[in-house]
Amino acid sequence: MASSNPKFAGPGPDQIYLDHLRQQNFSLPKCLSCGEFHFFPRVVCPHCGSYDLEWQALSGKAEVYSTTTIRRKPERGGNYNVSLITLEEGPRLMSRVEGIDPELVSIGAKVSASINNEGDEPFVVFTPMQESK
Amino acid sequence: MSHELRGSSAIVGVGLAGCGEAPGRMPLDILAEATHNALDDAGLKLSDVDGLFTGSSYHFMPTLSTAEYLGIKPRFSDGSMVGGSSFVAHTLNAAMAIKNGLCDVALICYGSNQRTAGGKLATMSEQQIYEAPYKPRYPISSYALAAARHMHQYGTTREQMADVAVAARQWAQLNPAAFARDDLTRQDVLNSRMISDPLSLLDCCLVTDGGGAVIMVSSERAKDFPNKPVYLLGTGTAHWHRQITQMPDLTTTAAVDSGKRAFAMAGLTKDDVDVVELYDAFTINTILFLEDLGFCAKGEGGAFVENGGIAPGGRLPVNTNGGGLSCVHPGMYGIFILIEAIQQLRGGCGARQVKDPEIALVNGNGGVLSSQVTTLLGTEATL
Ligand SMILES: [Zn+2]
Repeated sequence: MASSNPKFAGPGPDQIYLDHLRQQNFSLPKCLSCGEFHFFPRVVCPHCGSYDLEWQALSGKAEVYSTTTIRRKPERGGNYNVSLITLEEGPRLMSRVEGIDPELVSIGAKVSASINNEGDEPFVVFTPMQESK
Repeated sequence: MSHELRGSSAIVGVGLAGCGEAPGRMPLDILAEATHNALDDAGLKLSDVDGLFTGSSYHFMPTLSTAEYLGIKPRFSDGSMVGGSSFVAHTLNAAMAIKNGLCDVALICYGSNQRTAGGKLATMSEQQIYEAPYKPRYPISSYALAAARHMHQYGTTREQMADVAVAARQWAQLNPAAFARDDLTRQDVLNSRMISDPLSLLDCCLVTDGGGAVIMVSSERAKDFPNKPVYLLGTGTAHWHRQITQMPDLTTTAAVDSGKRAFAMAGLTKDDVDVVELYDAFTINTILFLEDLGFCAKGEGGAFVENGGIAPGGRLPVNTNGGGLSCVHPGMYGIFILIEAIQQLRGGCGARQVKDPEIALVNGNGGVLSSQVTTLLGTEATL
């Protein structure tokens, strides 16, 4: 049975997040009570407990919070990066920084989001932000 | 006034089994042998057990499978699952159950054949859908990210982390039952194969088989048993996240809270603690927990452990069995830190025995620095 409460009508947040990505749109729920974004997407704001949320697009601007290079033999595809990225809007997510050697990814580096469509489902990756003068 | 659970129950039996390699044996075979040894130690029989506390990576309903295997019908059971910290958390639940008359003889137990069954970490853990596309190696990458952040924020070095592994090895060399006892230097750790920067192979715990069991009864009964009772003075639990992305600050664990709660229940401070057993799944754990439990200031854990700080003869005896890094680590390690603390308080640990300890601190870790459970144990003199 569908929810009778309009707040919970329609697909859940995982589905909405993915539907946005399929449309090349990186969005997250923003709380209408405390104003904070959160990740991973939920039906309730983990910052304040409010259920009044609204999906909003993100700037894509972010910073590397921590980073690791996972060592893998060259014949299996070589080393790759896994990073924790803090978005300008606040939330932190796991991702990887592309377009740079994994070992050169550094904590505090400015990065920007893009959507990787090479897999079965799209997912968000980051690339080093160009220095603006 | 002290907390009503402080000193209300005591451990009167401990047992280990299959630590290292136990080929051809299933997890419950090993658990049952450890239980046999703990009951033997306490002078009890299986039929005396009426409270069961256990966790497993193999059995979805661990209390049901374990009781069935042992042929017991417990009056009270608890299979609370907070990863490797579960068995430390069970001490609190067992104390509550005993205090309230829900059981008289509590068995806390664990067994695993992780090493001889193939070395893979058995897990019933659900896939983390927001992590999967990036292929983190579970659980090491989460700990590597915490280590990298700690290095960035506080200048902690790989050398300092290596010294955690070296100290553990030096304790293991004093423990005939430890699995890894060869000489180990800082350089050996630094030169070992990098797995997930900055953690290399020797920053990681062992993969062994093994089981452990602990018998708890009320303090009123505790003196009727053959061994010197070890009293539960306080346990505190805390968890702030499940996945590493949700950890508010990668350099600070929930041990800040679990420690405070345990110390408050016990009416003690860190200065009262004589011996410390921390869940060292990776070298960074020991540094984080020493800071979060107040043994040093945040950011100073690296300096605290450097150059033998926690090795035999150092400033604080930590992980005196050799730890998960060098003694034993069969998937979940919590029961083993509990048992080592109890054995230290009883005395008779041979070459690794800390001199006349009265109070031991145990800190269990579960998930990816997710669950923290701190327990304070004491001798009769501390009641
Ligand atoms: Zn909110």
